[in-house]
Amino acid sequence: MDLNTIWFILIIIILTGYAILDGFDFGVGIIHLLNKSDEDRRLSINSIGPLWDGNEVWLVVGGGALFAAFPEVYATVFSGFYNAFIILLVMLLFRGVAIEFRSKSPLPKWRKFWDVCFSLGSLGASLIFGIALGNLARGVPLDSNKNITSGFADLLNPYSLLVGLTAVSLLTLHGAIYLVMKTEGETQKNISRHIKKMIFVFIFLYAVTTISTFIYQPHLLDVFKKNFWLGIIPLASLLLVLNIPREIHFGREFLAFLSSSGTIALLIGLVAVGIFPNIVQSFPDPQNSLNIYNSASTKSTLTTMLIIACIGAPLVISYTSVVYWIFRGKVKLDENSY
Amino acid sequence: MDEAVIFLSRLQFALTNIFHYFYPPFSIGLGVFLVITEGLYLKTKNSVWLQITRFWTKVFALTFTIGVATGIPMEFQFGTNWAAYSRYVGDVFGSALAAEGIFAFFLESGFLAILVFGSGKVSRKFHYFSTIMVCLGAHFSAVWIVVANSWMQTPAGFEIVMGPNGMRAEITDFWSMVFNPSSVIRLMHVITGCWLAGSFFVMSVSAWYILKKKHLPFAESSMKVALIFALVVSLSQVFISGDLSGKSVHKYQPSKFAAMEGHWKSGSPADMVLFGYIDKEKGETIGPKIPGLTSWLIDRDAELPVKGLDSIPVNERPPLQITFQSYHLMISIGVLLILLSASGCFLWWRGKLFDSKYLLWIFVFSVLLPVFANTAGWITAEVGRQPWIVYGLMRTAEGVSPTLSQSQLYFSNILFFLLYLSLFAVFVYVLDRKIKHGPDPADESEPIVKLPVKLREILNFRKDKI
Repeated sequence: MDLNTIWFILIIIILTGYAILDGFDFGVGIIHLLNKSDEDRRLSINSIGPLWDGNEVWLVVGGGALFAAFPEVYATVFSGFYNAFIILLVMLLFRGVAIEFRSKSPLPKWRKFWDVCFSLGSLGASLIFGIALGNLARGVPLDSNKNITSGFADLLNPYSLLVGLTAVSLLTLHGAIYLVMKTEGETQKNISRHIKKMIFVFIFLYAVTTISTFIYQPHLLDVFKKNFWLGIIPLASLLLVLNIPREIHFGREFLAFLSSSGTIALLIGLVAVGIFPNIVQSFPDPQNSLNIYNSASTKSTLTTMLIIACIGAPLVISYTSVVYWIFRGKVKLDENSY
Repeated sequence: MDEAVIFLSRLQFALTNIFHYFYPPFSIGLGVFLVITEGLYLKTKNSVWLQITRFWTKVFALTFTIGVATGIPMEFQFGTNWAAYSRYVGDVFGSALAAEGIFAFFLESGFLAILVFGSGKVSRKFHYFSTIMVCLGAHFSAVWIVVANSWMQTPAGFEIVMGPNGMRAEITDFWSMVFNPSSVIRLMHVITGCWLAGSFFVMSVSAWYILKKKHLPFAESSMKVALIFALVVSLSQVFISGDLSGKSVHKYQPSKFAAMEGHWKSGSPADMVLFGYIDKEKGETIGPKIPGLTSWLIDRDAELPVKGLDSIPVNERPPLQITFQSYHLMISIGVLLILLSASGCFLWWRGKLFDSKYLLWIFVFSVLLPVFANTAGWITAEVGRQPWIVYGLMRTAEGVSPTLSQSQLYFSNILFFLLYLSLFAVFVYVLDRKIKHGPDPADESEPIVKLPVKLREILNFRKDKI
């Protein structure tokens, strides 16, 4: 395995980490308005209070790593998807400050305003991430200078929108499971009531997406035809999805949470395996695609970055675990809470 | 390339950065302040320090969150608006940004959670450890971002070769990239600027409480710590890091230096222009001057010839007036901050600080001074580097994304401007409420011990003597 492949895998791992971690606080945001009382809403925000900031760092690190390892991809994707990306940044910004600002005044209007910002920001950001994933899977038109030639409206093609909705439904479910895990009593019951519907909607969308991929994006399946053993990924993914209602039924929320985390990881993994060794597939001119070789930094930078990652990863894992350990268990409101 | 697209991309980068940079200096400065006060609490068990730490932790968290939220668009702007730049230098520049994320942001955000929400869940010592880690993380992020920016000012450790899709800069030596000629000096200058912002923030709020005769033990103790800190830092800001920065700019970026000082004639010694303006038509700088002082500051030689604007081609000169004026604003404020903190310390020495209404009122508003100075300093650094995006290597106009249109940039400029402006308004509102609400009452179970009024008494202050 060469350095370029290692960095492709590392970036997928970082983005998967981001999707799982910030994914649950997006989900908590999407269902935030289902909580009716102020106390429930405070509980919901405080369940992610100490964690969301660190979760967002995964995105920042992912962006930095992409810039360092595959600068061409970084430049092409962010300048080519300009409007979508600006909107995404605004959404992320809004939901972040909403969490911080909400508790700063007891006025109901003030709180309601930030509740809506938090929820819409989370919903919008999840949708855009999902649409982006759909477009990466489908391919985007690139010219010979590796610039994206399509406009904003082209991003909103039916297939990508479908992937976007699937992502939203998955993160909603993921967040709801997290909230059930972190709360108790009436708050928990209120959210639990919706989980079955969420599972149903997700499984439906997941099935539709899978079928459309077979029909409209057959290029993603080539690798699976050549390497049958890779079929284990979609199979495992299916089993994990079906495992979610089972764990919920037996009241094992943590295992349900692990299952939804695994579902997210495998969904991203499927796309990654499908497009590899391309990162941005050019469609309809495949020769213009950005792959892990023509978009990469030099061997020397990839090596330096690998050293940085090897020093950084154990540190990051250790303090992330410490923080999650300290804030384990059911969330309680105290004087430090939002 | 469309001139409007270039201009609007620059405008957007400038605006978003100016708004963003309002917050991080406060976090970095307050981080150090919290390490000091929580340390004092653990050492003396005087609960006034705990009260101070708790209050400023909340302010810290507020500035930190907005700093993070407004900072995320910064990192991605290289890709969205400066794609050609990113392709050209990504191999060299990207790793500094990635290192910032891995080494600084995870540390900071992880331990911030414990700092803000963990006081009932972890031991006091571990809490203090978290405070130190958050402070360290904030400083690490300054390290990597200043390294990245310094590379744009004084590029080193790379070569220009043919890459897979055209010419690009490729790294030859990672450590010479990191320790490029201006990194360390600029880092010192940036960090001391942040410390000043933090200490004047504390003094501003404390002075207001003292004037309103509220939360007195809290405010007076905060004021004292911040005042000593501000005096030491403001002196080193001007006389150490400022001095070194000037020399470094003179050595490595002569066109920026000439614009900053308003120096025209090559080969002649540079005068220090105290204030004034640059007359581009006549090719001279108008204003009171101290002959040869700038030359003397560079090399302790008043006769030292300095390269002037006349030998720099017009298309390689930075915008002169902005560079000159923002530089002079920064210097004047720097000197003013020394005067303010010195007079504060003097009055404290005489035991009159808390009765001198005028000075306290000046302190209330003085929080704006380091903010202006920091912003003016960055404007000097960035505008003074023009027309280059990487000094001497790539022009700013060549770095912009080729796919952008004017309408996209109007959309994003207006959106960011409105958003950052309203965020700033909400920040001020929330901060104002927090300050009016004041610190939570100190823990009754442990005694509040008032510190001595005079500075010379505090130097041999021991709790058991009271």
